[in-house]
Amino acid sequence: MKHFNAFGLGAVAALGMTALSMLPASAAWEPTKPVEFIVPAGTGGGADQMARTLQGIIAKHSLMSTQLVVINKSGGAGGEGFLDVKNAKGNPHKIVITLSNLFTTPLATGIPFNWKDMTPVAMLALDEFVLWVNASEPYKTAGDYVAAIKAAPDGTFKMGGTGSKSEDQIITVAFEKAVGKKMTYIPYKGGGEVAVQLVGGHINSSVNNPIEAVSQWRGDKVRPLCVFDSKTLPYTDKILGDLSWSSVPTCVSSGVDVEYLMLRGIFMPPGVTDEQVAYFVDLFKKVRETPEWKQLMKDGAFNQTFMAGAEFKTWLEGAEATHKGLMQEAGFIAGN
Amino acid sequence: MQQAPHGAGSGPTQRNAEIGVAVLTLLFGLIVIYGSTLVGIGWGSDGPQAGFFPFYVGLIICGCSIINLFQGLRENPTELFSEWSQLGQVLRVLIPTAIYVALVPFFGIYVPSVILIAVFMKWLGKYGTPLTLAVALGVPAFFYITLERWFLIPLPKGPLEAWLGL
Amino acid sequence: MFENFINLYHGFHIAADPFNILLMAVGILLGVIIGVLPGLGGANGVAILLPLTFSMSPTSAIILLTCIYWGALFGGAITSVLFNIPGEPWSVATTFDGHPMARNGKAGEALTAAFTSSFVGAFVAVIMITLIAPLVAQFALQFGPAEKFAVYFLAFASFVGMSKEPPAKTIVSMMIGFALAAVGLDMVTGQLRLTFGSTELLNGFDFLIAVIGLFGIGEILLTMEEGLEFRGKAAKIDPRIVWKTWKTLPKYWATSLRSCIIGCWMGITPAGATPASFMAYGVAKRISKNGKNFGNGEIEGVIAPETAAHAAGTSAMLPMLALGVPGSPTAAVLLGGLLIWGLQPGPMLFVEQSEFVWGLIASMYLGNVVGLILVLTTVPLFASILRIPFSIIAPVILVICAIGAYTVNNNVFDVIMMLVFGVLGYVLKKTNYPLAPLVLAIVLGDSAEEAFRQSLLSSGGSLGIFFSNGLVSTIMGIGLIAGLWPVLQIVLNRFRRVAQPA
Repeated sequence: MKHFNAFGLGAVAALGMTALSMLPASAAWEPTKPVEFIVPAGTGGGADQMARTLQGIIAKHSLMSTQLVVINKSGGAGGEGFLDVKNAKGNPHKIVITLSNLFTTPLATGIPFNWKDMTPVAMLALDEFVLWVNASEPYKTAGDYVAAIKAAPDGTFKMGGTGSKSEDQIITVAFEKAVGKKMTYIPYKGGGEVAVQLVGGHINSSVNNPIEAVSQWRGDKVRPLCVFDSKTLPYTDKILGDLSWSSVPTCVSSGVDVEYLMLRGIFMPPGVTDEQVAYFVDLFKKVRETPEWKQLMKDGAFNQTFMAGAEFKTWLEGAEATHKGLMQEAGFIAGN
Repeated sequence: MQQAPHGAGSGPTQRNAEIGVAVLTLLFGLIVIYGSTLVGIGWGSDGPQAGFFPFYVGLIICGCSIINLFQGLRENPTELFSEWSQLGQVLRVLIPTAIYVALVPFFGIYVPSVILIAVFMKWLGKYGTPLTLAVALGVPAFFYITLERWFLIPLPKGPLEAWLGL
Repeated sequence: MFENFINLYHGFHIAADPFNILLMAVGILLGVIIGVLPGLGGANGVAILLPLTFSMSPTSAIILLTCIYWGALFGGAITSVLFNIPGEPWSVATTFDGHPMARNGKAGEALTAAFTSSFVGAFVAVIMITLIAPLVAQFALQFGPAEKFAVYFLAFASFVGMSKEPPAKTIVSMMIGFALAAVGLDMVTGQLRLTFGSTELLNGFDFLIAVIGLFGIGEILLTMEEGLEFRGKAAKIDPRIVWKTWKTLPKYWATSLRSCIIGCWMGITPAGATPASFMAYGVAKRISKNGKNFGNGEIEGVIAPETAAHAAGTSAMLPMLALGVPGSPTAAVLLGGLLIWGLQPGPMLFVEQSEFVWGLIASMYLGNVVGLILVLTTVPLFASILRIPFSIIAPVILVICAIGAYTVNNNVFDVIMMLVFGVLGYVLKKTNYPLAPLVLAIVLGDSAEEAFRQSLLSSGGSLGIFFSNGLVSTIMGIGLIAGLWPVLQIVLNRFRRVAQPA
């Protein structure tokens, strides 16, 4: 049993060991009262939907002896929810679902928390990002669109996204760097709203998650140009005509060297025991086997990577460094 | 606070209350202005900065507070805001409520609710013990069942609930 | 259009299934309970019950959930009228005249008027959805940030009129609302502002906390000052009150119609039910010949906001189905539900899932009829709550307020803020500061500022965007006229006074 302790600070080291020294399956511990499932985002968003689907799946298949209760704590770009978990030291009846604000919120706002203040449980999936334009625009490929941006003055093209200094804007900044031109980034409250603004022609493009814009694609209102991943998506169900998720090329292959995936992971408060973490890892492994979960993955064209333990922690360290780098370059770091 | 003789009873004057509120809003306005300057009050290249609107909102609050202050000074100094006896009535609700609110973070919402209702009914309503207990225990129990059990909304809980394992 | 009627006919076949009718009744009752508890809004209620519906057919599931939504819309009015505590944001405007009516011993009339108006508003909105759904969906797409700002501006301008209170006090009250709305995360820059490093303030000031404190707690303190009793105690409970009130309602048809139009429009745009209710109240106050008496228990002051809130709440379903954009927080949660049941809201839903869509629309008709019958039978019951002695009901209301304040954000700090707002409400009311502008500013302040700054981002800082096309110019124009109306009136009055000195 080895543990990664690159940032070895006393308490953190203890946490790391907790997360790493997990035993597979056969967990002795079981929850004795309802488990609070914190969503660090508002009702109706992507994380909230996933949390409520999980709640439904767990209830329907009786995967837990007690209930799972979803609670939204969205204040301060999710900071409120993460602080709540951070401060619930040793409470095994609390879990939290993350989105990229796990990394971006503390950096952008200075709210004092870090993923190392919590106990990592598991990565459930990774959410993809796709570059979308309105279907009535002439651009058929990412290359066409980039050429158009390059030909116009800075700030001519408008990119819409969810929130400010968040994953969407980080991708936009990286995209601008790859293209070599500035765009105008317009933040909206939710991904659904961004997709509709794109359909209405109020913005030129967006970097919506697949699930946020797929229905507009089916209606031939928007067009996906490329996906910000290293390989094309595996889902081959027809969506519009002969097109499926697998027919969307990667941005890298289209000459835009940007890759970004968003973590959908589960964390627990600090100071919980190994058995308690193992219980939840096991729980979510069972969830992944249900048909409802598989359907959700397919609908949202998720990247189905599952990680727990040491592997997950290494991934988190890498992702944190990446976010820090991207946000530093974009000038999004607060606290000066 | 000055008292003015006024027929039935005495109490703080409307004039002083008006002045007090105007000073408070003025202070609030100043805090808002200060807070806005911390995040930037300018008009950037792409529209207003985070503190732009709050800054002017703060300025308007201060301006209007000063107007209200002067108008307060011109109020009739004999008119009463409220009689002391009436304020006493208000305090009889306000003080238990304040204690209640202060207890909630430490003891959860259920135990203080039982105490609040019981104190209220016993002290202000002079009801008998059986009725008092029935209402004081029944209402929180009703909320426990509907909210926590049916709707799965956890309310704050304290040591007693933890001990009972709820 | 004829095709729509055939589809609707099939829809009624689906919705009129006995099991679905039962679900409607259950949903309405649950919704009323959710609406009565302040803080536990329709969005929460639907979100909480969503997982329970996974094992149902999508049509049954959405019937249950939308009926919870209707129930919450109905239920929000109850506490507004009885205790001056709005159970839902869109019932705030209902308190302005609904609660004074209850105090005057007319709680039954106020509740009947509120429920009936809710029904009328929702019904008109459903008819609109049936007839012109695709057209309306296209219209909603026209709304970018600039158009949205114009709508907020119009809502504001039409509500803020001349009040009895001194102008400087009205302005201070409104500006305090704006300042409170600004606390927390600034959506456009992603910065925290006015939090002064406090983690408690991250969330900002939720409008419901302010309302529960200012109106609910403030009212209890005022009642204490005037002696230990609820003034509505004298209310006679008459089982025929519903019928009697109904006879008086038809003469307010013009107010109803206006509020329906405002509501449908605000629901589609999508500004939502809360601004719609304020706007309808403001417009009714200006146009009605009883306008001067608004705030003292005028039945029109209950009809206008309730009709508009329901028309908006119902028509907000349309952009959700047709575009996949939620018109309200509750619609946002329902949207998540659709995805889970394997239905993708959006342009193709009407084509691919026509049975589901028309079943839902038919259930809106039936659900509202079922709802109206259910809630009207409860009027005498709810009106009799006011007969419970104050020293029992007051602590119970305090407990309900505290629970409500907590459940808004699951935050104990909000319970403390609620009490602070309560004391503030008492003092401000005693010193003649109007509370309505403060509340309206908290509701609309954030969204309006956000839309304004999004517009400027996309125009590169030019204010010209607010007059850049016919739609936005028209809305802004009407807004400017509505906003300047009181000033014009003052000028006119001065002019008249000069012309004919007393």
